[in-house]
Amino acid sequence: MSEGSTATSARPLWRRLIGFNLLLAVVLGVAGWYLGWYIGKHATATSLSYFGDTDQNDISVFLGYTLGVVGFLIGLGFLQYPLARLRGYPPSLREKETEGIGRYFGLCTDHKVVGIQYFFGIGFFFAVGGLNAMLIRFELLRPTPVFNSGNYLTLVGLHGTMMMGMMTSAILGPFANYFVPIMIGARRMAFPRIESFTFWLLMAAGTILLTTVFFGGFPTGWTGYGPLNDQANYGMDAYIMFFALVGVSMCLLGMNMLATVVTMRAPGMTWSRLPIFVWGVVSTSILNLLAAPVLIAALAMGLLDRTAQTTFFISSGGGSQYLYENLFWFFGHPEVYILALPGFAVLLEILPVFSRKPLWGYRLAVAGMLGVTLLSFLVWQHHLFMSGINSNLRPFYMLSTELISIPTGFTFLCGLMTLWRGSIRFTVPMLFALAWFFNFLIGGLSGIFNSDTPSDTTEHGSFFVMAHFHYTIMGGLIFTFFAAIYFWLPKMTGLELNERLGKIHFWSMFLAFNSTFLPLFVVGFKGMPRRVVTYAPNLQFLNDWASVSAFVLGLSMLVFLGNLVYSLLFARVRAERNPWESLSIEWQLPSPVPVQNFDRIPTFESDPYGYGDGAVPVARPAGAPATGS
Amino acid sequence: MVLGVVVAGVLIGFYVANWLLSGPPTYDARTSGTTANITIQTVAAVGSQLAPHPDWVSYLIRNPSSGSWERSTIWTVPAHALVHVKILQFDGDSGLRNPFLARPEGLVGSPTLDGKPFQEINPDDASHTFAIPQLGVLVPLAGVPDDAKNQCGYAPCDPTSMAHRTIEFTFRTGKKGKYRWQCFVPCAAGFQFGFGGPMQTIGYMDGFVNVV
Amino acid sequence: MAIAHTQPGGDIHHGRRVLVLWLAISAIVTPIAVFVVGPLIPPGNGSVQAEGQVFDNQVLIGVSAPIIVFVLVMLGYTLIVFHQRDAVLEGPPVRGDSRLQLWWIVITSVTVLGLAAFGTYELVKDGAGGGQGPSATFLPSNHNQAMDVQVIGQQWEFTYRYPTYGGLETPHLYLPADTLIRLHVTSLDVVHSFWAVNLGVKADANPGTDNVVYVQTKHPLALNIRCSELCGLWHGYMFDGQGRVVSQSEFASWIKQQQALYGPVLKYLPPYSTTYSPEPQLRAG
Repeated sequence: MSEGSTATSARPLWRRLIGFNLLLAVVLGVAGWYLGWYIGKHATATSLSYFGDTDQNDISVFLGYTLGVVGFLIGLGFLQYPLARLRGYPPSLREKETEGIGRYFGLCTDHKVVGIQYFFGIGFFFAVGGLNAMLIRFELLRPTPVFNSGNYLTLVGLHGTMMMGMMTSAILGPFANYFVPIMIGARRMAFPRIESFTFWLLMAAGTILLTTVFFGGFPTGWTGYGPLNDQANYGMDAYIMFFALVGVSMCLLGMNMLATVVTMRAPGMTWSRLPIFVWGVVSTSILNLLAAPVLIAALAMGLLDRTAQTTFFISSGGGSQYLYENLFWFFGHPEVYILALPGFAVLLEILPVFSRKPLWGYRLAVAGMLGVTLLSFLVWQHHLFMSGINSNLRPFYMLSTELISIPTGFTFLCGLMTLWRGSIRFTVPMLFALAWFFNFLIGGLSGIFNSDTPSDTTEHGSFFVMAHFHYTIMGGLIFTFFAAIYFWLPKMTGLELNERLGKIHFWSMFLAFNSTFLPLFVVGFKGMPRRVVTYAPNLQFLNDWASVSAFVLGLSMLVFLGNLVYSLLFARVRAERNPWESLSIEWQLPSPVPVQNFDRIPTFESDPYGYGDGAVPVARPAGAPATGS
Repeated sequence: MVLGVVVAGVLIGFYVANWLLSGPPTYDARTSGTTANITIQTVAAVGSQLAPHPDWVSYLIRNPSSGSWERSTIWTVPAHALVHVKILQFDGDSGLRNPFLARPEGLVGSPTLDGKPFQEINPDDASHTFAIPQLGVLVPLAGVPDDAKNQCGYAPCDPTSMAHRTIEFTFRTGKKGKYRWQCFVPCAAGFQFGFGGPMQTIGYMDGFVNVV
Repeated sequence: MAIAHTQPGGDIHHGRRVLVLWLAISAIVTPIAVFVVGPLIPPGNGSVQAEGQVFDNQVLIGVSAPIIVFVLVMLGYTLIVFHQRDAVLEGPPVRGDSRLQLWWIVITSVTVLGLAAFGTYELVKDGAGGGQGPSATFLPSNHNQAMDVQVIGQQWEFTYRYPTYGGLETPHLYLPADTLIRLHVTSLDVVHSFWAVNLGVKADANPGTDNVVYVQTKHPLALNIRCSELCGLWHGYMFDGQGRVVSQSEFASWIKQQQALYGPVLKYLPPYSTTYSPEPQLRAG
């Protein structure tokens, strides 16, 4: 590992590896695992005799995971500051920000470092989830199973769970952490250590999820319905642990964002001058904060059912599977808006820059985001339309679900009118942003079909729903995720991404994505349920079409990976300070942004959308030169 | 560093492929173009020599050439053929959750229990079933009474000395295909509803009949 | 940066062109979508509820098609006409138009509320083939003459019981044609979902719950029945292609045949009930 230009560059490698960092974290994590496993094995009451019949001790696994995570976090150094304060040391907010590349592999309180850590961490799990998807489509090439059917169910579950758990932080993690403090004129987040904590917790959670393979996997898919989750092998505990930790991470991330935006805005940064990206982050953070705890509660009950033989979700024991379904979807619906809203935020942030026009309808756009946030808590039973809920509830939830398309439509209006009569530049980020309109249109309208209860009778639980949410989440979020990457990575790393490869990536991804998921609407209508290994032979052609397109989609991701590796490791072309000629404050700073962000806290005089009327940059950050370069 | 990542990726790829394709070996039960013979034992605990989960119930198939019992639940049989099955049932009864499944069906002729033909069994006496729903085949397997002497502990079980029931039946296969078979008795001890663990893992109480 | 923001023409000019394009294309596309493509969309006309769903889908298509055309026309027009033509050109500093915003809110709200009202009407008529739980409130007009049939989901097969025929249980579902059926869907273990694709019926099978769904059969039909809620290893194989809707006389003779076949096992079955709790209900062993 190469060292940055710091005073301690003379220390040999082995000395630099000692200390509270990732290496120690892994060692202590593994030690914690074995300790927990041992305690579980020997401290389990003998009355839980079923452990002997099943050859699976859930308590060992759960304690092992818990102590493993604790060990991992201690190894990273998260206990150091609390212990130091207990011993009377003075408070400090920032640590380990000057160690060169080593600071990316441990606890660092620089929000920009956390942003880059998130980028690579989430990127890794996205790649794993994507590979899972390729394997799933491979299996679905023929109606006869190729893989072990039980492990295939785990594969399906892994794909869904990894994506739903990790991609909630896809934009909030890398980009909100990096840019929200800069956009509001602050030097840090409100709670820098918690920011780093959310990242490492997510990494620990992802690792735990991958270990489910060693314990027989889990058969429930990402929704984890009871009572099937009670029946499952002890791979299910990995799922429970993963989502519980992700829930904690999401909750803390949301809290941190909200605290930062509410309390740390620079002078002049009023609520009506906030970049729309920050508004999107605020809306998402409200959802994060309020929805995640419900999931943790539901999972805790599931864990008790599996270990202490409670019957929260077993109807004959006095519980009900409806309890799980309602708790899960009370979280689950805001969860999908946690995935969609950052997409809106990035979209509306990028469109003005490349249309050279102000954001049209700023207040309407904000109202749209907040409207979605509020309404998303009122619609969850549309996942339960066919489940036997009280039939009088169904018209209400049909109405509320249809209503949520109104604030969503505001984003469409503001986006389209921003483009209207602009001077549109077709850069790579702009292409990805434009694709959002097409994808989310189809995704949103198929959502209208799903929200209509009579129509939902055929669509629920089929591939139609699957195509719907892939259009909104992948077509909406992931395309804007890549837009954000191409837009902001030059600022984060100081290096350009190759434009030609970017365009190849965009076109192959856009065409392959639509080719993959459009036929799946038809497949769903024709009677193919979700999460199956076999299907009616007349559906094979459409499935094969979708599978081959999916493989091309996977290849397009490789193009992106190649672009990343080539641009960051080999070509290393220095990026200009403001290649997109944006008026937003982060583009007035050097690339990459220096540790303290600004020399002096800036004073804001307007929002960053003053295109078209000879606007000056949004603030005068004293760290940046007043004119030119 | 890039090379290291690539090598690690390839190794992980091999592991994942192995995991996805894992499962019991396929056993070829064909004896001629139009017949197949299968001799099975169903056991209460499969033992650590045959499986990583020693306390799980399982089906085992007898390999006539070696005489040993193998843990395979994927059997190859010919199409449009008669398949003769003999099951040595060593496990105690658990009872059927749906008593409807106590009536054998989809067979050629009557199945026999300890040599005597039967039309249905008492559902509470069922220890396992052998069912291929896509072919309409269903055979309930009666259990060893609780007070029988010399019950088998861990597999493989010896039919000459240990208590067991013998069930024989014949069914006819149709077109080519891969048909799943399963047990319908909640025999997975320790799991919710008795349907977890071995009841949901191919290689114990579930498998495929490969009709070729 | 020079601020010459003049694209040819003004808002009205471009707006009118977009409107005309939208109207023209919608006028062609929407009827094709609603009347040609619409009827082809499953679930078809196997039951009154299925037909209702097809009609419902047609209305939804009729509303969605113009919306799709609008967004695509707007997007396409904008991207073609307003792309940057000069290195220093910027757009006009327009930040909003409250009249347009108001119109948009009104139009989208009216559309959405209209769709919700229509959907509610279709739902309230007869339940639209979806499971309504134990106390169904959306009853078809002739619900008092409905024939009860129970669907029991278990890992991993559906079986069916006919209370009107002494609680007879059968492995395949036969229904008489031209009859209103009240299906009682329940489960013995985990959550399954009974989906009769070409009847347009879907109801989750929940343990300890009776999920009622009404379906009025029409003509004889081969049923495609699939489980549509992940229920464990063989969820993908939990399907049945041997269900049928048959004429009433054929149904009567089928019942006799099933009674002869499954009569002997009837004595072991628990009495017909809307829910069952067979042992083991908790962990076995």
